[in-house]
Amino acid sequence: MKLSGAEILLRALELEGVEKIFGYPGGAVLDIYDRLPFSPLKHYLTRHEQGAAHAADGYARATGKVGVCFATSGPGATNLVTGLATAQIDSVPVVAFTGNVPTYMIGNDAFQEVDTVGITRPITKHNFLVKDVKDLADTVKKAFHIARTGRPGVVLVDLPKDVTREITDFFEEEYKTPVQIRSYKPVLKGHPGQIKRAAKAIASAERPILYIGGGVVSSGASDLVVKMAEVANIPMAATLMGLTAVPGNHPFFLGMLGMHGTYAANMAIQESDLIVAIGARFDDRVTGKLSEFAPNAKVIHIDIDSAEIGKNRAVDIPIVGDAKLVMEELLPEVEKQVAKNREFYAVREKWILKVRSWKERYPLWYEPSDRVIKPQFVIEKIWEVTKGEAVITTDVGQHQMWVAQYYRFSFPRQLITSGGLGTMGFGVPAAIGAKVGRPDKTVFCISGDGSFQMNMQEIVTAVHYNIPIKVAIINNGFLGMVRQWQGIFYQKNYSQVHLDVQPDFVKLVEAMGGVGLRATKPAEVEAVLKEAMAIDDRPVVIDFIVDREEDVFPMVPPGGALHEMILPSYGKKKEKKAV
Amino acid sequence: MDRKCEQRKHIISVLVENQPGALARIIELFSSRGYNIESLNVGHTEDPSISRITMVAKGDEHTIEQIVKQLRRIIDVFKVRDLTDKKKLDRELLIVRVNVETPEKKEEVMRLVEIFGAQVVDVSKDTYTVELTGDEEQVDAFLELIKPMGIREMARTGRVAMVRALQGETFGEQKE
Ligand SMILES: Cc1ncc(C[n+]2csc(CCOP(=O)(O)OP(=O)(O)O)c2C)c(N)n1
Ligand SMILES: [Mg+2]
Repeated sequence: MKLSGAEILLRALELEGVEKIFGYPGGAVLDIYDRLPFSPLKHYLTRHEQGAAHAADGYARATGKVGVCFATSGPGATNLVTGLATAQIDSVPVVAFTGNVPTYMIGNDAFQEVDTVGITRPITKHNFLVKDVKDLADTVKKAFHIARTGRPGVVLVDLPKDVTREITDFFEEEYKTPVQIRSYKPVLKGHPGQIKRAAKAIASAERPILYIGGGVVSSGASDLVVKMAEVANIPMAATLMGLTAVPGNHPFFLGMLGMHGTYAANMAIQESDLIVAIGARFDDRVTGKLSEFAPNAKVIHIDIDSAEIGKNRAVDIPIVGDAKLVMEELLPEVEKQVAKNREFYAVREKWILKVRSWKERYPLWYEPSDRVIKPQFVIEKIWEVTKGEAVITTDVGQHQMWVAQYYRFSFPRQLITSGGLGTMGFGVPAAIGAKVGRPDKTVFCISGDGSFQMNMQEIVTAVHYNIPIKVAIINNGFLGMVRQWQGIFYQKNYSQVHLDVQPDFVKLVEAMGGVGLRATKPAEVEAVLKEAMAIDDRPVVIDFIVDREEDVFPMVPPGGALHEMILPSYGKKKEKKAV
Repeated sequence: MDRKCEQRKHIISVLVENQPGALARIIELFSSRGYNIESLNVGHTEDPSISRITMVAKGDEHTIEQIVKQLRRIIDVFKVRDLTDKKKLDRELLIVRVNVETPEKKEEVMRLVEIFGAQVVDVSKDTYTVELTGDEEQVDAFLELIKPMGIREMARTGRVAMVRALQGETFGEQKE
């Protein structure tokens, strides 16, 4: 069949199982957009290319499928950059297509030309510049394969305009044959010997802990990991990216660890004699001061990316492989070991009791108020009103940490947040992508007054396509997280963090065609949330005017060890500093 | 000193798809992750679609292990091997132009050329241009001895290396 490059691209996307695309047109992609109306692919016109990249990312995180975005050359491509970097650092499968100037003009500083593959090389798993239409189909196929296999990530395909115009043969049957990339063969199955060693170590440790990362969620290993914790009596702590792997109310679950982790999670890690890290990467926000991180623990590290193993923390038992495939082998081994070892439960019981006592003595806590709305109270209410079943996206700041602490998640992929890059402006477009991918779910974006203003134009996109996302602005009139740091570590020298001049978010959202609501008193919170839940044809934004100077606790000061947390005041009844 | 922290020169051999993006990714890896690279050499292998990159990088064991692992992550990379402690053939090409204004200097340079098995490949009224192939120590030693003559200009290729055949397979280790 003779097709143009543009037609080949669209047909190939269909064959890849793509249904939704987020994008923005321009000169270099005119040929693609010209063919788009004749394709069954549904395209969402975002109001900014950054929005397209985040929406593709949110779609991918919510569904586990590859997210796809389009942009034109030059400014279109550079506007994608933040979004692609955000997805890549959190290992999200996204394939981005950018137009570029025709091949014969490349390198001439032509109109709207940038070196897109050069700019995006450090923020993609791989990228391609297609120079010949004959290579196009094969490149698209490779791009999807690379994005979704191994450690998932971002692949960008740069398409010069002439490549999308020229005509060549396209063989569908050939497209459907398996991909061959001779230099790329990710290791998926764990080494059996290592798995046996790991099982022995798990069964014989006195104070083990599971340290669960985003890889558990993305590989679909959540159930197996929780099962292992139950079989072997092991407490669990999760990273921000791994939070949804474990049901929030699980008795062995200690919540998030790290800078704003719970007291119990951080203490359990510090005191453990064995850390089982699964799909996690010992990020500095998790470990605190690395040299004092879990000083007496042996480490089992399961990760698909061998470069993560031993990068930050020395590892005793490394297992390279896909978390799910490794867990499928490891779980039965652990079961065997546990069955063999009768005294096992007695030894473990002491540890479980100790961890539980930490959890009870130093729970998450905030001072309730019936006068001002506490931000944590809003999160708790959202949890209640959505019955703990909503897909939550966040922006970045204090509100993000409160979501991680106070929304109790019940299924994997339920939390969509920019962990590695911490990108303000992620929440709204990611919610659009998530809702497009999971129309069956309530999708709630919990944002900050600062972050919301970074991509609020995307509310128009949601109005355009009747995408009924809910947005809660935790409006503290501050760049709250920065204010908190200035408050604690810079003697309250609040510099450039006041957001006193602000749009009227209710009017603004109404002007964009959405529904704007506001709550200023605790008593109004529930009613306004119920009102929002009743709207299902348009986006709703609720402006929650909250306590301005609430801080996020616990907090491990930068450079401090995990056990050196600053704790909440507990109504001044308990000591402030942990011992 | 603890061997793990000891800074050493490592010679790393990489087989990679012969693609412009591949080389760029490898070089950017060094700058973005803050690794030091001393020399880098690229050329075809017996298969023209595959290039061999030989690089010399300085670092402790942990850093070098990281470099090797990060290199293996690159999609276009087939194989990466640290050849430092392997029995290997390890060569570098030097071209150097030296001053030989006096007959004594001419004689001295010719003597060194002979001892090192080098070759004079270009001659002018007052300079000789010498070509030498050898391992890094030989090239360094030669330069050390020739330096007093006055070096006008020089170029070194950086090292290329290959494991000796008696070590069994020629490259060994798979990508992972
Ligand atoms: C794009 C971007 N710019 C700057 C920052 C640094 N930063 C981190 S949190 C934060 C404040 C966020 O304010 P807001 O959205 O109101 O959330 P709050 O902390 O008040 O809940 C800033 C500026 C960032 N993470 N992302
Ligand atoms: Mg704020």
